[in-house]
Amino acid sequence: MANKTNGGIISGRRILADFKVYSRGYLRNRFGLFFGLIFPVILILIFGAIFSGTSTGKVTAYVQNNDTGPFATPQMDVAGQFVTALNSSGTLDLVMVPTSEDMPQYLANHSASDGIIIPAGFSASYLAEQRVNVTVYGNPSSSTSSIVSGTVGGLANYFNLQRFNGTSVIGLEPATLNAEQTKYIDFLIPGLIGFSILVSPMFSLVNISSEYKKTKLFKQLSLTPLTKMEWLISKVLWYIVLSSVSFLLMVGVGIMAFGAHVTLTIWLVPFLVLGPTLFAALGMLVGTVSKNPESAGVAGNIVTFPMMFLSGTFFPISIMPDYLQGLAHVLPLFYVIEGLNNVMVYGNIGAALIDLAVILVITAVVFVAAVWFFKWRED
Amino acid sequence: MRNGEIVNPIEISDLRKYYGDVKAVDGIKFTVKAGEVFALLGPNGAGKTTTIEILEGLRRKDSGEVRVLGMDPWENGHDVHMRIGVIPQEFNFFEKTSPREAIRLYASLFNVKVDADEILREVLLEDKADTLFDSLSGGQKQKMGLALSLVNSPDLLFLDEPTTGLDPNARRAIWEVIRGLKAKGRTIVLTTHYLDEAQQLSDRVAIMDHGHIVAQGTSDEIIRQHGSGERLEINGSEGLADHIRSTTGLNVHYDSGVVAIALHKKDDALTALQAAKSSNMDWGDIRTKRDSLDDVFVRLVSGIVDESGELRVR
Repeated sequence: MANKTNGGIISGRRILADFKVYSRGYLRNRFGLFFGLIFPVILILIFGAIFSGTSTGKVTAYVQNNDTGPFATPQMDVAGQFVTALNSSGTLDLVMVPTSEDMPQYLANHSASDGIIIPAGFSASYLAEQRVNVTVYGNPSSSTSSIVSGTVGGLANYFNLQRFNGTSVIGLEPATLNAEQTKYIDFLIPGLIGFSILVSPMFSLVNISSEYKKTKLFKQLSLTPLTKMEWLISKVLWYIVLSSVSFLLMVGVGIMAFGAHVTLTIWLVPFLVLGPTLFAALGMLVGTVSKNPESAGVAGNIVTFPMMFLSGTFFPISIMPDYLQGLAHVLPLFYVIEGLNNVMVYGNIGAALIDLAVILVITAVVFVAAVWFFKWRED
Repeated sequence: MRNGEIVNPIEISDLRKYYGDVKAVDGIKFTVKAGEVFALLGPNGAGKTTTIEILEGLRRKDSGEVRVLGMDPWENGHDVHMRIGVIPQEFNFFEKTSPREAIRLYASLFNVKVDADEILREVLLEDKADTLFDSLSGGQKQKMGLALSLVNSPDLLFLDEPTTGLDPNARRAIWEVIRGLKAKGRTIVLTTHYLDEAQQLSDRVAIMDHGHIVAQGTSDEIIRQHGSGERLEINGSEGLADHIRSTTGLNVHYDSGVVAIALHKKDDALTALQAAKSSNMDWGDIRTKRDSLDDVFVRLVSGIVDESGELRVR
């Protein structure tokens, strides 16, 4: 029936006409412009300047124990004892990495920066009082990395003290994943890009789809050949443009003001297209099923705020308690930000593709639901 | 008309639309002829807007026959919308868009080429062509609505309470525009709760109340059918009324110092005056009167309608 009543095929001419009017209206509205473009940049400046972070809770560390023996007695497996001690330190959650893996590559594949390598011959060197280094991978400016290196360092001191009265036998060799040092700002930029991808389309669509219903603007539009699908597409297109401009501004400010290092590749494009599509459709769904603009505003906040704070926007989710981390995994924004991190910071395209697939499925479901519940006309 | 076979742009019969127990439209029938201005008159809640929205293809009817330009407006919404123009009640538009931009948008949507300035001249809004919608006055906003309804050169225009809430000057300005459109031969369906508006603008009127049409025709026809006919009014006392009634057998009413005698034939006036003279009572001015549309309306909907369209029962 949609075809019969709405004129059928989607028309690029009508989408463009509606796009022009909407974008012009948006640009004339200083409020929208502030939240769409200026506000995320201000956040970058504020968070970049504050740059801090203390954390409690356990940090996940990847451990590769290359000292596999054989050992004459279990007591001679000092490497094994070292790992057991790390595990019972209370600050780290250990993930054992097979010796066959290349550690930097493995960390990148798991979008992680914290890793510990115990070298082959560790136990023998220790027992022979020959200096041996444990390699600690980390991001020096991240709070999780300092927890890892602090734990490993403390433990090494303990082992040194126990046998050699403090003579430094076990040493630490710090290492980072990238040749360049990764800073907090590098992680902050993808988070805040995710924030801007969420906030503008979400709040705008919640607002207009409930407001237009109340002021009968949808009714007015339904009397023209414009279809509801064309209307939604033109909004989605605008928020893709807005998010892309916002993206460039934030990356630009991050690089110029804080010397951020982020990788810019073609793989960012699908996130900048699907992200705004998802949140525009979600905003429209919330606005459409709400009774009036007031309840739509409340519902919009209930959906948006947890996502804004729990998806790794301002801080990594690894510092949150387990149940909140579990919650983060059901929030669509989490996959947008994780995907952006995988592309921009870790260069892990394989993991980014998985994020992209999750986003694609959620977007399809939300988009179809939004179009389904959105009524141009009333029975 | 583009389609030569269609004589009447609107034909509806036995149209019904219920919302639960509320019978918004309950079996109405009327026809709108090409080139006429047809007014649907009635208090708020009479069913005018529901009727109009069914005709515009915005609401689905429950039952009955509805033909707009020969089509079912719900099933053929797109085709009907291509050929009608509409101003909904309390026309609203994107805040940061000017009348000129809005006309261009509509021209693109309808895929037609129009001269925006000419349309703005037609609705007397050319001096506000580039003013954003949120800076327009109430009357100017309605004119912009009128302008947009003209973009697709419609065969049929629906104006749903186009002057509600406007000041008298703005109302008269909208009337001017509507008269201009009528002069160009457009068919117009107008809903209003202003009697003067219906009388000033329309060729024919249908009065709606509680989902029913209680009268329809030209104003004169409605007054003739539902009015009390011609009457003689004499300023005088209730005693005078009693005297005239008892001596002549005529139908006499008394209300607030006015004695009213129904005139069924011309001689009745002479008979009544002779009775008045013979009464030796005081009597003042005399005049003959006929019901206005207002009088008939008040009788038909059992009340008067205030400025906002609410019915005040007398």
